[in-house]
Amino acid sequence: MIKRFLDLEWKQFTRSASFGKSVALKIVMAFFALYFVAMFLIVGIAMYPLLKKVFPESDPFVMFNGFIFFWILGDLVVRFFFQKLPVMSVKPLLTLPIKRSKVVNFVLGKSALSFFNFLPLFAIVPFGITLMLKDYNVSVVLVWMLTIVLITLINNFLNFIIEGLSAKTELSFLPIILFAGSLFALNHFKIINIAEALSHGIQAISNNPLLLIVPMLILAGLYLYNFKILREKLFLDSSLKTKAEAVNASSFEWTKKFGDIAPFMQLDLKLLWRNKRPKSAVWMVFFGLLYGLFFYPNPMYQDKEFLFAFVGIFVTGIFLINFGQFIPAWDSGYYKMLMSQNIKYKQYLKSKYTLMTLSVIILFVLSIPYVYFGWKILLAHFAAAIYNIGVNTYVILLGGSFNRKKIDLSQRAAFNFQGTGAVQWIIGLPLMLLPMGIFAIFNFAFNFEIGILVLILLGVIGIIFHQKIMKFITNRYLASKYKMIDAFDQDN
Amino acid sequence: MITTTNLTKKYNANQVLNIESLAIPKGQSFGLVGNNGAGKTTYFSLLLDLIQPTTGHIKNNDIQVNLSEDWKPFTASFIDESFLIGYLTAEEYFYFIGELRGQNKADVDALVATFEDFFHGEILGQKKYLRDLSKGNQKKAGIVAALIGNPEVIILDEPFANLDPTTQIKLKQIVKDLAQEQGVTVLISSHDLMHITDVCERIVVLEKGEVVKDIVTSQATLKELEAHFAGTEII
Repeated sequence: MIKRFLDLEWKQFTRSASFGKSVALKIVMAFFALYFVAMFLIVGIAMYPLLKKVFPESDPFVMFNGFIFFWILGDLVVRFFFQKLPVMSVKPLLTLPIKRSKVVNFVLGKSALSFFNFLPLFAIVPFGITLMLKDYNVSVVLVWMLTIVLITLINNFLNFIIEGLSAKTELSFLPIILFAGSLFALNHFKIINIAEALSHGIQAISNNPLLLIVPMLILAGLYLYNFKILREKLFLDSSLKTKAEAVNASSFEWTKKFGDIAPFMQLDLKLLWRNKRPKSAVWMVFFGLLYGLFFYPNPMYQDKEFLFAFVGIFVTGIFLINFGQFIPAWDSGYYKMLMSQNIKYKQYLKSKYTLMTLSVIILFVLSIPYVYFGWKILLAHFAAAIYNIGVNTYVILLGGSFNRKKIDLSQRAAFNFQGTGAVQWIIGLPLMLLPMGIFAIFNFAFNFEIGILVLILLGVIGIIFHQKIMKFITNRYLASKYKMIDAFDQDN
Repeated sequence: MITTTNLTKKYNANQVLNIESLAIPKGQSFGLVGNNGAGKTTYFSLLLDLIQPTTGHIKNNDIQVNLSEDWKPFTASFIDESFLIGYLTAEEYFYFIGELRGQNKADVDALVATFEDFFHGEILGQKKYLRDLSKGNQKKAGIVAALIGNPEVIILDEPFANLDPTTQIKLKQIVKDLAQEQGVTVLISSHDLMHITDVCERIVVLEKGEVVKDIVTSQATLKELEAHFAGTEII
């Protein structure tokens, strides 16, 4: 039976529609995976000599155990964003004569084979071998390695519980941040020294293999709890069915001011408020606004003026980039209907343009407090905002005409690569780097004011030729209409 | 109203549609039947300019659909659930379609009110998004949305599928009224021979993309169609 399941998994992987298409994305992911493997290997090999060198008088083994608490926290946060329990794929199995418990065991068992659970081994095995070579007791090291593997698995199953609990909340990543943050704070402010307690615990287990029973019991408990929730969920009317949300009835009457594009603007605003993924594009705005705080308070960046332009583009354009890069894929679910309706592409695109322009203006106003860090920053932000309106909006709309990836609106957003194709990666560069480059060149060749002026000038030119540019973009969309309809019709 | 000339659609070498000529006069209720893969949806998609013909063309009221968009104001359609906007309520969806077709809220309200009976109290005032309605109710909303703005041509792909018996009977009445009393050209495809012979004045049978039968509906039509699809045709 397990063999059958594995066979199904393999076919699901190799026969998925996106298998061939998104090779580029696969390569990027594989590259990241290899990168992390290499990093962990380096850590595993270099850890012992490094610790010996920096802290000659303490025992590297003990030191290393002191870090484990932080690794657990980091691991939990990373897992939360990247690791998913693949529940939906078992839907067709429910009506077949397979015991529910078997399906649940398979789903949970499979999760134990995740990449995340193997990654630590790349660090732990070389570190363990070094320990043995340095005359540590072999059995102690082996038990220690086993303990770490158990902790990894505990993290694995703990993550699914946290995910299950936080899935219902609005900002689903808040609970995990709070959980990890408060544990870290408790430890950092020495209220409870968790790191040390954990270190002692691991030490004790390594010296007395009988104590292995403790992590094993925790693991078993978590597994059983997961088993229990998952078994309850395996009914069509619970988790496999999406829940109906309460209607949020706002009519956005004020959009009437925008004339013939009003119906589309209302639609776009509803799209933003009522769907998970675009809604997180809105939430990202707040993080984007704070982005400047990474740079400006730091005296190291005070004189690096080319960064002002970059931060300005980012701060005033975060919504433009987040929302714009998936035009028209946001509407992919009903694109056929739009195309058979009595609409003008021009109005459709103009609505998106207006929305993005409004966002840039609002974000610029909200970013005015950065003037605290200097007038130059405000000036740079202003120039960046004009550039965003006059150049980047068009660039991103034009990029959209090459968009061939469907988006399922109900999926969550964080690290969701659905709908992301090569276009999104390529278009990100000119949006951010080009203005920074232009500014940097003029700033370097002449002075700060000339750089600002050039950015503003480029933006103003774009605004002046609005009609012409929009006409060109509209034609691009018309030309790729059939290809888009066809692509949005396919599930990827 | 709708004339089709030398229309073919090929995917690679695979021909899925080949209609030499087909003319549908104004005000006719036109039925399209055929087994799966016969080309019904392909024909409707070509008619709505959602895919490009390999050769030939369709003219809707003398406007060639793949060259001009001027047929859109008087043509309405409901092909499948992808025509719905899942995150709107039924009312909002009707208003949105209404605005695209130049109808204000009062116009839409007046039209929709006449379908209260058809909705059976399950569409309006539900405080539910369309994506959360059942398949049958989604279909009802989609069909009614296609009637907004007094279109002259209405295209419905498999409108009877997924509907409950009561609604099927009501829908038949609606379609009949549209064609006979308001002079609307209605194009319907269906797998249900009984319904389609009830509703349509003319029925065309597609087989592997070609027109194999073109019948003016009469008492004998249902028998003839059943015999055709059972493979026991009397010649």
